[in-house]
Amino acid sequence: MSVQALFFAAYRDLLGTSSLDVDLPEGATVADLVRELRSRGAPYDALPHEPAVAVNRAYALHSEQLAPGDEVAFIPPVAGG
Amino acid sequence: MIHASIVHTPIDTAEVLSRVGAPEDGAVLLFLGTVRNHADGQSVDGMTYESYERMAGPVLTEIAHEAAEKLGTDRVAVVHRVGQLAIGEVSVAIAVSSPHRAQAYDASRYVIEEIKKRLPVWKREHYSAGHSEWVEGVKPLPKRTATVGEATR
Repeated sequence: MSVQALFFAAYRDLLGTSSLDVDLPEGATVADLVRELRSRGAPYDALPHEPAVAVNRAYALHSEQLAPGDEVAFIPPVAGG
Repeated sequence: MIHASIVHTPIDTAEVLSRVGAPEDGAVLLFLGTVRNHADGQSVDGMTYESYERMAGPVLTEIAHEAAEKLGTDRVAVVHRVGQLAIGEVSVAIAVSSPHRAQAYDASRYVIEEIKKRLPVWKREHYSAGHSEWVEGVKPLPKRTATVGEATR
């Protein structure tokens, strides 16, 4: 299945892209997605082991299972206000 | 009426304030967050705010509703601006009103503190020396964790 990973602010700067389609096995979790990306080597391995993520615009745990077409945003530490 | 929005243009603070207030209210509070000209001893020229807008809008709305519950009225208005801001410009405006001041102060404080904890917004400080950096932020927690906290209130 394919999910869409989104990167903002410092993560986008780090990776040089704001969006990436990633192929994952059926039943993969957020943790699997992070592992898959980090295994790609530099610069992806500079992403944190456990970044905050939002699945379909809601904060999610790394144990959450993904579905085809999910939008998974990597959320750097927030600094609004 | 509860109002929450992310905007790309200067915030009309009078308009935000006009969204709250009612004959039964004795307290009307307006909080403005502004861009300051210094950070950790460095001189700052301005700030660029970025948001995950399709998520930030709903999260801000959710925060406003939680604040309204604390407040006991539906008179909460919050506007957050993104884009390039100059020193002194308003990045966030929060207006609340209620019959008594204690609830108004609590609700206003709640909105700004929750924004800092979980609104998907980032800011890049532009230093007078020429360089710029993302401001160190707070790692947001999954909602499930927040929900547990809510339930114990």
